Amino acid sequence: MTTLLAASAGNVLVWMVWIAAALALLSSGLAVVLFPNPFYSALALIGNLASLAVLYLLLEAEFVAAAQVLVYAGAVVVMFLFVIAYLGGRADAPWAGGPTLQAVAAIAAAGTIAVEVVVVVALKAGDELASPEQISESFGSPAEIGNLFLSDHLLAFEVTSIVLLVAAIGGVILGSAFPGERGSEKGLE
Amino acid sequence: MDGPGIAAYLILAVVLFATGSLGVLIRRSPLIILLALELMLNAGNLALLAFARQLGNGDGQIFALTVMVVAAGEAVVGLGLIVAVSRKRVELDVDRLTSLRG
Repeated sequence: MTTLLAASAGNVLVWMVWIAAALALLSSGLAVVLFPNPFYSALALIGNLASLAVLYLLLEAEFVAAAQVLVYAGAVVVMFLFVIAYLGGRADAPWAGGPTLQAVAAIAAAGTIAVEVVVVVALKAGDELASPEQISESFGSPAEIGNLFLSDHLLAFEVTSIVLLVAAIGGVILGSAFPGERGSEKGLE
Repeated sequence: MDGPGIAAYLILAVVLFATGSLGVLIRRSPLIILLALELMLNAGNLALLAFARQLGNGDGQIFALTVMVVAAGEAVVGLGLIVAVSRKRVELDVDRLTSLRG
């Protein structure tokens, strides 16, 4: 009886954390999309990533949660903030004044995607999706991830390094001045 | 631990994905379009991790980590393109960036 009570208390706690993280996730996601200033959008993305990391912890993906915070909040968002600061006031695109046809169509398209998948998930929630979860003790630990990366997914691991190298070289080439671009370079100064 | 089932996570993921796609469709600043793309990639990651736990299979987590790497590379190249475009003194508005040779 006491173990049952403890289990249900743990469930309530998990649900509370889940609901808080989900609300933070959706509101910060909307904030990313709706803030007119890109700087605030990037800051809202940090909140989005933090609440996602909480959800990843609930999904027993500890390593992915840590990598998420380090890689996204630590590196990608900082890069975004650097570029937004570098571009300055020019980064502010005009927010659509009034409901244009494009905005209405965009809302309809996004709503269609959401409703479609929600209906599919709700239809399937009873049978196929309700099978019990069997998770080993080491699921999601760095040891398990490393084991998988260096055995079954070694090719993905190596290709990843090439992808990152190519992206870094591409970033340098895109960021450096082209010889034919002299005039625009002078214009910057 | 017997918290929210996979259906709850999937619905959360699709709502986040729809939010991101709304941002891609509705905004004109390429910077915010990149941020909304990150939202969509993260929604995919959330679904991958939910399925990984549901099936008790670590492969989904490997997929999620690989998606994170691709997202980082995409951010680097996308931001590099935005900086290169802004150097040409072109207004940063995806509705006006219609010609490759400026």
